[in-house]
Amino acid sequence: MTREHQMALYRSMKLIREFEERCLDMAIAGEIIGGIHPYIGQEAVAVGVCSQLTERDFITSTHRGHGHVLAKGADPRRLLAELLGTLEGFNKGRGGSMHAADMKLGILGANGIVGAGGAIGSGAAWVAKARGNSEVVVSFFGDGAMSQGVLLEAFNLAAIWSLPILFVCENNMYATSLKLESGLAGSAARRAEGFGMVARTVDGMDVEAVADVTGELIQRCREGKGPAFLECSTYRFFGHHSVLELLGVEFRDPDEVVRWRERDPIVALGAKLGDDVVAEIDEAVKGTIDEAVEFAKNAPSPDPKDALMYLYSGTAAVRPGVIL
Amino acid sequence: MHAMNRALHAEMAADEDVLLLGEDVGVGASGVTSGLLPRFGRERVLDTPLSEQAFTSFGTGAAMMGKKPVIEFQISTLIYLVFEQIVNQAHKFSLMTGGQVSVPVTYLVAGSGSRSGWAGQHSDSPYSLLAQAGIKTVVPGTPADAYGLFRSAIRDPDPVAVFAPSALLESTAVPDSGAEEIVPLGEANVLREGGDLTVVAVGQHVGTALEVADSLSDRVDIEIVDPRTVYPFDWDCLRKSVNKTGRLVVIDDSNRMCGLGAEIVATAAEEFDLVAPPRRVCRPDGTVIPYALALDKALVPGPEQLMQAISATLKL
Ligand SMILES: Cc1ncc(C[n+]2csc(CCOP(=O)(O)OP(=O)(O)O)c2C)c(N)n1
Ligand SMILES: [Mg+2]
Repeated sequence: MTREHQMALYRSMKLIREFEERCLDMAIAGEIIGGIHPYIGQEAVAVGVCSQLTERDFITSTHRGHGHVLAKGADPRRLLAELLGTLEGFNKGRGGSMHAADMKLGILGANGIVGAGGAIGSGAAWVAKARGNSEVVVSFFGDGAMSQGVLLEAFNLAAIWSLPILFVCENNMYATSLKLESGLAGSAARRAEGFGMVARTVDGMDVEAVADVTGELIQRCREGKGPAFLECSTYRFFGHHSVLELLGVEFRDPDEVVRWRERDPIVALGAKLGDDVVAEIDEAVKGTIDEAVEFAKNAPSPDPKDALMYLYSGTAAVRPGVIL
Repeated sequence: MHAMNRALHAEMAADEDVLLLGEDVGVGASGVTSGLLPRFGRERVLDTPLSEQAFTSFGTGAAMMGKKPVIEFQISTLIYLVFEQIVNQAHKFSLMTGGQVSVPVTYLVAGSGSRSGWAGQHSDSPYSLLAQAGIKTVVPGTPADAYGLFRSAIRDPDPVAVFAPSALLESTAVPDSGAEEIVPLGEANVLREGGDLTVVAVGQHVGTALEVADSLSDRVDIEIVDPRTVYPFDWDCLRKSVNKTGRLVVIDDSNRMCGLGAEIVATAAEEFDLVAPPRRVCRPDGTVIPYALALDKALVPGPEQLMQAISATLKL
């Protein structure tokens, strides 16, 4: 991998990290309402995978979606503007953290329902295949989603119809508090093989390894060889979501958290690039996020009278809650 | 059934983005889908495995990419299985994305309501649930409306559910006139004019209401409103009718609790000029249709109950 490529991966991971750290603070401070599911720790997965995609490829994302959306090229200013519920957000303040997505970049929604993206992605992959210009779909989901029937049904559809879709399972070993071994019989990758898919496992803390194996699998998809599955072993450095973080609720063994933090993918790649390069990129990324915060905080709020705007793409008269 | 089959042929011929998916659609097991595979090929007619949840969201994904999928469900109750995929996914994408995408999918339930002899799990009319959730929902009561509404549903940029009542699909009492008119969504139809009482009749009960109105015609003058689209409901049409007659009876195949009839009666009570309390003829609360024919018939609304409700409202 060239140094330029490594620098690009580092920059992208650092952007997500900086963005998420800022968001976590803002969520805990109540500036971002509701909660966020921070992607911190898992950056190598989104960045490694998306480094193998073009603007014309598609992804489906999850409740822990900021990393996927940024790695796919979304503007951090508009992502943060969405989290602050403003009109400058991708979803004009109608989606928030779990649904924030710039559809123009081929992001077919970030989804608040675990396991929901795989079937949507399969439908998109079917259309991509019919178009015949080798676009592919990547569907991200966590280890918890492997217990959702609809996702397993989607694997089957993708396999029987030989769809150009890569299923990426981010195995961070927990679904909220549920440990992997308490929730998943067998292994994620072996299950995928059962559907006749090519399945690989990779160290999800090594961005270059993720990029390399994704490259191979995506190539297969582009060549019409059907769906593939990639299980990335990874870890979230913070709590499941910001509210649990705020309450100080942590279900995991503190030593385990420390051990995984020592494997920080950003630090690992930074060490290869050297302090000077790292300092320069970090500085630039910090500037980008400062600017995003400034932009989002000054963005206009939607008008309450428009609360049900966009409910339908076509027309339908909607009656108000009170009629006098 | 013929009317719906003709509608699908016409819409697939008119727009190559329309595709059809579902179980056994290739052979046209339900009748509605016959002849489509030979005509349009495997690129546009997809026989799916028995994965309702995945193929419903598959339709959402395809729709987000510009296609207009029509998804057939073999049983009306399969809608329960895909409530998440329709209500929580397809329906919410437009608003949640701030209008970035539309999801023009049509959910076709060709066989809603009791099929006489199919018992507990094949006999529901779940259209009120979808209407309550805000899904555009049509329940045609005549072949011409089935044709025209189905075509409008496919063309609409939002998810639309089409419930064709089994009682009509299996019946030959109302022949398919071969009409080829598009019927817009959200427009009710006044099937019979009268000044004494308004009957709102949904789906197969349009026929029931016409029969009852005729049998009472020497004594009362009944107006019949067929909403055709149950959501969004044509309140203006109903308002005009009820403000004229002052009396309202609804006949609808939903359960009593929170069914479509409940909403119509509540709206009339809040907003219309009534001279008598409005009434509903519907299924009992929480109905499960039993197998034995006499028990099945005891629970679904019919002409005698409608007659009684009309008589009570008019104090005949
Ligand atoms: C179908 C569904 N069930 C439950 C929830 C509540 N929930 C949100 S995230 C989550 C855990 C998801 O775990 P996983 O898929 O491993 O993703 P991770 O949070 O670890 O990234 C749960 C249970 C949900 N959003 N959707
Ligand atoms: Mg997990």
